[in-house]
Amino acid sequence: MPIPPARIVVEDLHKTYRIATRAATSPRPWPFARRAWRTIEALRGVSFVIEPGTITGLIGPNGAGKSTAIKILSGILRPSAGHVSVGGLVPWADRIRHVGRIGVVFGQRSQLWWDLPVEGGFALLRDIYRVPPDRYRARRDRLVDTLGLRDILDQPVRQLSLGQRMRAELAAALLHAPPLLILDEPTIGLDAPSKLAVRAFVQELNRTEGTTVLLTTHDMHDIEALAGRVIVIGHGRVLADSPFETLRATTLSGRRLTAEFDGPAPPLLLPDGVTPLSQGGQVLELGFDPARIAAADLIRALASAADMHGVVLSDVSITRPSIEEVISRFYERHGAAG
Amino acid sequence: MTPADLTAYLSAFRARWQVTLQYRAAALAGVVTQIWWGAINLMVYAAFYGGTSAAPLTLPQTISYVWIMQGTLALMPWGCDPDIADAVRSGAVAHDLLRPVDPWWWWFCRAAARILGRLLPRAVLMAGFAGVLLPLAGLDRWALHLPPRVADAALFGVSIVLGLLLSACITVLLNVATVRTLSPLGANAVITPLSLILSGNMLPLALFPAAVQHLLLLQPFAGLGDLPCRFWLGTLHGPWAAAALAQQVAWIVALTWGGRLALRRTLCQLEVQGG
Repeated sequence: MPIPPARIVVEDLHKTYRIATRAATSPRPWPFARRAWRTIEALRGVSFVIEPGTITGLIGPNGAGKSTAIKILSGILRPSAGHVSVGGLVPWADRIRHVGRIGVVFGQRSQLWWDLPVEGGFALLRDIYRVPPDRYRARRDRLVDTLGLRDILDQPVRQLSLGQRMRAELAAALLHAPPLLILDEPTIGLDAPSKLAVRAFVQELNRTEGTTVLLTTHDMHDIEALAGRVIVIGHGRVLADSPFETLRATTLSGRRLTAEFDGPAPPLLLPDGVTPLSQGGQVLELGFDPARIAAADLIRALASAADMHGVVLSDVSITRPSIEEVISRFYERHGAAG
Repeated sequence: MTPADLTAYLSAFRARWQVTLQYRAAALAGVVTQIWWGAINLMVYAAFYGGTSAAPLTLPQTISYVWIMQGTLALMPWGCDPDIADAVRSGAVAHDLLRPVDPWWWWFCRAAARILGRLLPRAVLMAGFAGVLLPLAGLDRWALHLPPRVADAALFGVSIVLGLLLSACITVLLNVATVRTLSPLGANAVITPLSLILSGNMLPLALFPAAVQHLLLLQPFAGLGDLPCRFWLGTLHGPWAAAALAQQVAWIVALTWGGRLALRRTLCQLEVQGG
């Protein structure tokens, strides 16, 4: 029974925690010390809609509330107020039915049993999710092949490298063919090839099976490679919800141009929209806003200035600000950093 | 040692002392344990000095009782499931809720499996030592003796299975307490002395003062050791046997109901840390 794709609707979600500030700070001696409580608002009115078959990135600085949002969407936490529907189910109220239709991978913790071999863990999940044996075999074989797990099936999970474990976790989360996959920091701590493998797999899964993917990460390259859309959360609110390119364009649209000459860099009357960044010997670095001056015009101006001073513009490179820069600038602008 | 050094050590002393004082349940449990321990010692000495009053158990019966208790020590609810304690420490405990299963049954099965896994090899080895090796070595007087009738052995088996279910129910409650207090220390500190003493493991319940005999037989921990032992010794018959089994079943039902309620309330209020 293929499960229908799930539309996610989140409306005005609030979550308030009460945290005990320990009695150690109390001036009164035990046992008369009274526990003091502090309230923390993790979410203060988060709303968004996610259409089936899309990949959405949920990002934000540490402590912004994204893990809380993920936990509520996964059905393991109740919000203080607000409404959530995933494919028509309320995660915390219809928990058992809901979690049967989603796959969740937490990069920081293993959901496979530490002491069981990978294959044993899969078999346990088959029984937990009540996957019929023939469907399970076909599904497992496909996942094992695509994720390259054949050689580690009989190894206990605790012996796996982090990269191997994460691939096993992905397979484990997908054995019951959920239409929604939630990834919480799936690439944390992975080396570059493992990160690429995880990204490629998620992309392929989304393309071939139409699986809806919701992912949180601090690695902006995950977002760049995977997510068509990013939702930025800070201070428990949605700060931005747009395609990543829009976020980049509105946050840090500038380009960086590095020009190299075969002699000393010529003096240049800077056109409008260009700022000098650094100048040293034969290299000149400029920042420019492509909305105000076209790259071609700037390069032409550089080349003619070089001509006039008898040097040759030997190399030019134009880079966009790194995605980390974009996002740090965005957090800064919203006072959401840290 | 300079005064500045002294300040550093005093400060370390004060910080540790304040942290230790926070474990109120552990302190209370410690005192209760020591009181019980003292009382049991007193009773043993009283029996030793007084000596002549008719003992409720014969010496061979007591010897069998002791071996069974030692052999089934793993039946005691030693505390919260260590996996769950780890998960509470790391904040991952809510992740059990990601599975489409009822968390009480999930924890119950894990607890029962763990107890059985610890119990079986130990019980078999102990039976081999106390029931076979000791007689072979000519120490028959100190050996574990078989139940008087096959029916007693069968009832012992039933009662042990009930004891295992009971122990698993208690373990789930300890898990819930650990989730609530965010530490397994309190629950474990309370349960260990409680179950060792009230199950008869330290001293057969029959040797406690006559005034508390009924109370002792009604409390749940009796079903973890004393009642199965009485079946083995063949001292429970007819209505008493039925009553003993009913006592175990009643506690299993009550602890299941209470445990499910406590778990549901705890999970509703669960406040997982994280941003």
